[in-house]
Amino acid sequence: MSANRVIEIRSLNKSFGDFRALTGVDLDVTLGERIVICGPSGSGKSTLIRCVNGLEDYDSGHIEVDGISLAERGSVQRVRAEVGMVFQQFNLFPHLSVLENLTLGPMKTRGLSRKDAEALAMDYLGRVRIPEQAHKRPRDLSGGQQQRVAIARSLCMKPKIMLFDEPTSALDPEMISEVLDVMVELAEEGMTMLVVTHEMGFARRVADRMVFMDGGEIVETGAPSAVFDAPRSKRFRAFLDKIIHH
Amino acid sequence: MTGSLRRWALLPGLLLLAGCSGSGGTWGWYVIDPGTPQGRSNVEFLLGGFWATIQLSLIAAGLSMLIGLLVALPGMSANRWLRLPSRIYIEFVRAIPLLPMLFWVFYGLPVVMRSLGVPITIDAFWGAIITLAISDSAFTAEIYRAGIQSIPKGQTEAARTVGLSYSQTMRYVVLPQAIRRILPPLANQFIYIVKMSAFASVIGMQELTRRANELVVTEYRPLEIYSLLILEYLVLVLIISFFVRWLERRMGSDESR
Repeated sequence: MSANRVIEIRSLNKSFGDFRALTGVDLDVTLGERIVICGPSGSGKSTLIRCVNGLEDYDSGHIEVDGISLAERGSVQRVRAEVGMVFQQFNLFPHLSVLENLTLGPMKTRGLSRKDAEALAMDYLGRVRIPEQAHKRPRDLSGGQQQRVAIARSLCMKPKIMLFDEPTSALDPEMISEVLDVMVELAEEGMTMLVVTHEMGFARRVADRMVFMDGGEIVETGAPSAVFDAPRSKRFRAFLDKIIHH
Repeated sequence: MTGSLRRWALLPGLLLLAGCSGSGGTWGWYVIDPGTPQGRSNVEFLLGGFWATIQLSLIAAGLSMLIGLLVALPGMSANRWLRLPSRIYIEFVRAIPLLPMLFWVFYGLPVVMRSLGVPITIDAFWGAIITLAISDSAFTAEIYRAGIQSIPKGQTEAARTVGLSYSQTMRYVVLPQAIRRILPPLANQFIYIVKMSAFASVIGMQELTRRANELVVTEYRPLEIYSLLILEYLVLVLIISFFVRWLERRMGSDESR
């Protein structure tokens, strides 16, 4: 395993009952790499990134994250300490304030004092540009603000890798860019990112590599400039036509 | 709320009035008339059961809530071998009527324990508490399960991805949200326990019902004495209801959805 490879996925298979969600998926990610995964719904893209931090079990194959094999007993907790995740539905904790949403993880799992955790949280709230919302409840924020809080919550755990599962799909159109801007900045700081999204503008701007999935397989992969201008497979071409001209 | 309280207070007043009007000597309130020395000592005897009923109910409800949680949590596991014992417990306990279980615990359990080499004696108080707690725990377990499962799965996933363990996820994320949904049905169960504690009278526990029964035997005035007994439960349950509503309002002001 090369020194800067942080994720190694080999012949990963997973089924939900009769439905084959993933079929023989191979993927390597190097440190600092930004990968955008796209594909039609049901293509297995969400399932794939959920396997990376153990939210989803897999049937066979091999995943190693930062040198830790997910097959080892008790490895999931260690892997999750390295991997942050942002969900389509934000999944903020509604009974806690924005600040408490951010400090919960660092205080309970990193053993930070409240004071240190709050300083850390305010730092990240500043970076996602909503420090003034710290003492509000999540429900009092707009969708775009909530998603930025969710990103800050993940960053407070100082992850090596960030997973994004359709982070803008539940947002009103006018709020999409404020979330994407934060993600672009994160990419520019060198964060390793796996992003499931249909935002092709973002992909073109940020991605080092595009991964197109269909029917549980990786159909095509390559640099955005190459694959957008000349998709090799018919399926990818059909998919791009649909999402770009809708 | 004070209005409904006043209406309830009217009921015993009317009964008393009906009794005092002396229509054919059917009522004999003298037996619990605090104005006479005998009536006064009778009332004191009856009211003396309050403390035992309250103690029984509180301890049994507390245990039931604890056992219920311990049964409910593995019952929601993805692992069917963890789920199975919880399922069996709930189905089994829920199927046993309270009175036979009370007899079995009071008369049978000491025998079983002695044969296992653990000689214990179970008095009426603890026999009643064990029975009430176990019998009720099957229902509290189901209440917990419904409440916890009503919290979206995304909450657990988000908690796990910020590094929280299973028990931390429950403690800091799931249960604080579920408690508001769990509290009303749990309060119902508590009222149910208060009423079912009357069964403890049959194994000799000196609570409200037992005392009423004993007084009926000596005074032979069942109508008046049982009327007062019902009133005693009514007052107890109404106090609990008011308290629970107050608690719900307090938590409701902190409602998150």
